[in-house]
Amino acid sequence: MKRLAFLLTPILVLALVLGGLACGDDDDDKAPTQPPTATTQPTDTSTPPPPPPTAAGTIKIGIIGPMEFVQGEHHWYGAQMARDEINAAGGISVAGEMYLIELERADSNELFSTADAVTAMERLITADNADFVMGGIRSEAVLAMQDVAMDYKTIFLGCGASEAELCARVKQDYDRYKYWFRVTPFSGLNLVKNVLFELGIAGAIITQGTGFEGPLKVAVLAEEAAWSEPVVGALNAFVPAKLGMEIVGVWKPSATATDVSTELSAIENSGAHIVVPILSGPVGIPYGKQLGELEIPVASVGINVEAQKVGFWDATGGYGNYMTDLNFYAQGVAVTEKSVAFVDAFIEKFDEIPTYNAGTYEAILLLKGAIERAGTLDTDAVVAELEKTDMIGPGARIVFTGNDTPEPHDITYGPGYATAIATQWQDGEMKCIWPNLGVDEWEGIMYDGTVMWQIPPLLAQRLSSE
Amino acid sequence: MIEGILINGLVKAGLYALLATGFSLIFGVTRIINLAHTALYMLAAYGLYYFGQELGLSLGVSIALALVVTVIIGALTYKLFIERIREHHMTVLLITLAFAIIFEEAMAREFSRDAVTVPSFISGYWEVAGVKVLIQRWLALGTAFVALIGLWLLLTKTKLGTAIRAAGQDAEVANLMGINVPRTFLITAGLAATLAAISGIVIGPTLGVVPHMWTDPLIMVMAIVVLGGLGSLKGSVIAAFILAYVEVIVCYSFPEHCYMSRAIALGAMILTLMVRPEGLFGTSFEEERL
Repeated sequence: MKRLAFLLTPILVLALVLGGLACGDDDDDKAPTQPPTATTQPTDTSTPPPPPPTAAGTIKIGIIGPMEFVQGEHHWYGAQMARDEINAAGGISVAGEMYLIELERADSNELFSTADAVTAMERLITADNADFVMGGIRSEAVLAMQDVAMDYKTIFLGCGASEAELCARVKQDYDRYKYWFRVTPFSGLNLVKNVLFELGIAGAIITQGTGFEGPLKVAVLAEEAAWSEPVVGALNAFVPAKLGMEIVGVWKPSATATDVSTELSAIENSGAHIVVPILSGPVGIPYGKQLGELEIPVASVGINVEAQKVGFWDATGGYGNYMTDLNFYAQGVAVTEKSVAFVDAFIEKFDEIPTYNAGTYEAILLLKGAIERAGTLDTDAVVAELEKTDMIGPGARIVFTGNDTPEPHDITYGPGYATAIATQWQDGEMKCIWPNLGVDEWEGIMYDGTVMWQIPPLLAQRLSSE
Repeated sequence: MIEGILINGLVKAGLYALLATGFSLIFGVTRIINLAHTALYMLAAYGLYYFGQELGLSLGVSIALALVVTVIIGALTYKLFIERIREHHMTVLLITLAFAIIFEEAMAREFSRDAVTVPSFISGYWEVAGVKVLIQRWLALGTAFVALIGLWLLLTKTKLGTAIRAAGQDAEVANLMGINVPRTFLITAGLAATLAAISGIVIGPTLGVVPHMWTDPLIMVMAIVVLGGLGSLKGSVIAAFILAYVEVIVCYSFPEHCYMSRAIALGAMILTLMVRPEGLFGTSFEEERL
């Protein structure tokens, strides 16, 4: 028996290892252009055509993010689309010579470990020799990765973290942090503005649609993370003052929680009419599923990155119906003249609606523009040109905030620039419901494809009986 | 609010108890601290997803396959890797932790780290005293109750149970009495894996199934087992209730600190152990040394 066990031991280990490798192969089947994940990946050269003989060289761009999650996946997908598009057109022109884009994929594992993220960034720059880096999502990790990139004077285009400090650092120490630019999303305070707009629309429709006269009660469900702190603080200040709604409590589960039923039970007990999720992590799935399955009669209006995925509907078994979230792309919605074509191409290629992390597409396009205008790969010259960026991408018109602002190198927010959108799941389809019926500078801002927000029937039923 | 605390605490305690008794059982009998125990719970949840959602098998077949495969993995892991180093406690800790991480990474490779979901066996909820709880959770609570009763009957009313208890009390004497101790230990490992698998199968549909879903329960299960007294099944059940209720009370009373509910539950455990170091129903350290 001992001998048998001795023989079987390496077989089981081998089976486990082979099992892991085989699983990696399956991943490739699902996304043919995606190499197997690891801390850093070999340069992806599988999809694009081989460099034409006229190319003078390559520009290596490191894409860093949590690659085993949708956020990192979409960093990678957006970058792939930009690379394919640019390389197919001949590449990037640097002082008359054409350079092709080469992508390097790095798994930061940042949702679990900031230390892993720092290591991945270090390796991307020093071992893989990335000329530029972009990506990141979890603010705590991006703050740490930012320092690594700045140490090496490497341009880092943020495509996921909303922490204001990331851009405030540019103001505090321009010479050190000038290599940082945020392409998406905008900072936390502007995220709050959008959530307030969403809440305003929902509140108005609820009041008009049900005749409910009392102040609407709002519960905030925010994951415990650096980025959510200022958002929650601002919601506490502005929701009662600006919208006349009452905040009945703030619940804070972990960003990686797999069960929020206790929190939801307590929220229902609080009498809330609207839940404002402030979630960027995987907790967004159990939240959507459990809220729907428990038939809690509330409207969900806020930020849930998981709900930006086309797979959200299936992942929640349809229980995510009527969830309303800050978003950046939706099928058939023309935020700019490039939106619809981009989203359609993205869906055709990856069978998913892009999340905001696919802003790596825009990041590479605007980097191309800056390099071509600079006529050199010299980092300082490229930084100077990036600061002059004024580009219309599929998600926004991108203009960076100036060095005279408190948070330089951030994406400019507001009508005519980056506004984002709000989407609501309506019977299996993600519909754009905001900007809509704006006031002041938002007057008349409404993108093609926008529809009316719908009151969740359970809430309507509850309010009509209250 | 009181009703919410009572009912949510009850459901959570039942689930913790189911996981903790498996952990406690294998420790009580074989003296193995199996850190891969909750990883088996995670594997069973993925098994249910894979057989039911990806292969499209019926619910009954999916449950059976998820259970059998998980128990086989648990038993094989014990037989091939742990049995030979059973006496080296630190090595066992490291190996079982390594296995848990390997299982997590394997699931992440196969299914990504994004949550997958398994439909509830029975969808909807039952409302008791104004508190809504998913029917699946009531089902899980009932299953936990039945499984724990079944385990108690097995251990106290059958020859196998007597053999397991005897091997747990003194393996050498049990061996002299004609009990096949290695086989008894293997069966115990299989039983513990069965309890973990049952937990994963009944709880999985209420959660987002993700590769890291084993870590939080592991911390709580270890705390429960230590608080209840290492190896004491009765202690584990009672400790499960204490810590589950502490968690739920924190979440209801201090909603902004829900994420700290586990830390506070663990703090309660530390305080209890300061007063009673052997846990609620454990053997005292002095006695153990003798």
